[in-house]
Amino acid sequence: MPGARKTRKKNETGETIITLEGVSKWFGDFQALRDINLTVDKGERVVVCGPSGSGKSTMIRCINRLENHQRGRIVVDGIELTDNLKNIEAVRREVGMVFQSFNLFPHMRVIDNLALAPMLVRQMPKKDAEEMALGYLRRVQIEEQAYKYPGQLSGGQQQRVAIARSLCMQPRIMLFDEPTSALDPEMIKEVLDVMVELAEDGMTMVVVTHEMGFARTVANRVIFMDDAEIVEIAPPETFFSKPKSDRTKLFLSQILTH
Amino acid sequence: MTDTTAPIAAPPRAEGQADTDQPRSRQQPPPTEKIAVLRWMKENLFASPGNTLLTIILGAALIYWVPAFIKWGFIDAIWYTPDPEVCRQSDGACWAVVAEKHRPMLFGLYPYEEHWRLVVALAVYLGSFTITLIRRFWHWQILVPLWTVAIAVISTMLWGGVFGLTFVETSQWGGLPLTMVLFSGTVVLGFPIAILLALGRRSHLPLIKATSVTIIESLRGVPLITILFVAVNVFPLALPDGLEFDKLVRVMVGMAIFFACYQAEVIRGGLQAIPRGQYEAAESLGLSYWQMTTRIILPQALRIALPGIMNHIIAALKNTSFVLIIGLFDILTATTAVMQDPLWRRWFVEAYLFVAAVYFFFCYVLSKYSQQVERWLSEGRRF
Repeated sequence: MPGARKTRKKNETGETIITLEGVSKWFGDFQALRDINLTVDKGERVVVCGPSGSGKSTMIRCINRLENHQRGRIVVDGIELTDNLKNIEAVRREVGMVFQSFNLFPHMRVIDNLALAPMLVRQMPKKDAEEMALGYLRRVQIEEQAYKYPGQLSGGQQQRVAIARSLCMQPRIMLFDEPTSALDPEMIKEVLDVMVELAEDGMTMVVVTHEMGFARTVANRVIFMDDAEIVEIAPPETFFSKPKSDRTKLFLSQILTH
Repeated sequence: MTDTTAPIAAPPRAEGQADTDQPRSRQQPPPTEKIAVLRWMKENLFASPGNTLLTIILGAALIYWVPAFIKWGFIDAIWYTPDPEVCRQSDGACWAVVAEKHRPMLFGLYPYEEHWRLVVALAVYLGSFTITLIRRFWHWQILVPLWTVAIAVISTMLWGGVFGLTFVETSQWGGLPLTMVLFSGTVVLGFPIAILLALGRRSHLPLIKATSVTIIESLRGVPLITILFVAVNVFPLALPDGLEFDKLVRVMVGMAIFFACYQAEVIRGGLQAIPRGQYEAAESLGLSYWQMTTRIILPQALRIALPGIMNHIIAALKNTSFVLIIGLFDILTATTAVMQDPLWRRWFVEAYLFVAAVYFFFCYVLSKYSQQVERWLSEGRRF
């Protein structure tokens, strides 16, 4: 989308890749997002936390238009999200998403889960797509599961497959919607390790999670949301040691005390 | 919490943890079941007073009926005779009636000396059908040429008019080949319509949704006989002069649409069982609506709906017998007509049992097959 690309220098990380300006959304009468303003720079890792029902999932789902916003602007990689299907498809090609419940396609083998979108959306030849799929499976350390069905894998393995599936579309941005919340405790680490590696490779990431350890080590900024709005944005050091808002303090005391 | 120097370190324990096919040490074998016949009977036949009573009643009925049936149907039966008088002397079944009348029963009004063409058509049809059911041959490169040739041969055989074969009008088609043509036509035409109606009913576009709902609800509310009557008698009146469709085609289209309306609701049930996350995953990967529908949603929805789908396919096979009301002779109607023969009329039970066996054979094959497909589709999957 020439002309729509908006570049802005910010800190040392470079250009803005996601912009939300005054975004609001309602589900019926219930307001899920209230006047959200946020910019994410290329290569930045943003962790979003907050109590359930605070709108964090809704916010990141708006970024690839799984939900539509009713007021405000969202610009992703220079493309504004409107009702224009072309724009939506263009944004979805740039943005990968990992879900809480993995959402692998249960009727396809792991390798077909990975190769499908590159073949259909990017018209990649089958052989190349499968080769690439195996490459990404190797990166997430489950190459040997390639010819199984998702139902035969553990939760942690499934989530790593889901991450690899998104990576196969070579996205510039990755969204994670509570990627470890549905996992048994002993499987959380294997998924977080993959995400850390991805962060080290310079991927732009927006992560909704309650894993505060992950936020501390990986995030550039932590966002706290409550009651449909952004309450506080701060670098992790400040966020955890000197939170400004009382609501943030309350939330942190609730999740960090046990 | 994370070792940032190592490459993505999957803990060794994670691998194989969910693998069911790997041997596990320290596992104890399950206790061996010693199922004695007596224990099986106690658990399955005499578990409770009600159960025992039922067993006794059914057992008595079986002891009373089965030997009598075997005596009538096999021991005393006359298997073959051209002379009805021989049957008259016997107490057993007269299967000779089937031998005597099988040609008009199976082939209806079709010209007698051309019956060999129907045998060829049926053989080609059943052969192609069998190949189609075998999973190894599920490739477009095999099935498309196969059916192109099969349909060409079957049409040539049925219609004739080329290669020196006499032309036979569709109104003279009858018996099993007619049943087969109607059934296949109904399913092949009806199934894509069913899928479109099911998708249309779930569409977000109001016009498409309203159209689908109207078609499904209005046609489901009408008996099949009415639809056939309209297709045969009313529809031609609505056409401009000179434009005419073959009666068989009109009947087939009517049956297909009727089939589609029911099937659409079964498929919609399958569609509703697909979690929203499947749509979201497909969308977030950038798949278009049709890519998502054909590759992600429908394969899963059709699998879930398979028992119901098969139900309606079997019903479609039996619904073909409705064509009797519009003067076409399918296998059942042809048998009724043949049994008007005063010489053989008294053995109509045997004739109808034969037709029942033909229907049962095809329906049983279809339902067994659908169970097999369900097993194939759930291989390697737990969800």
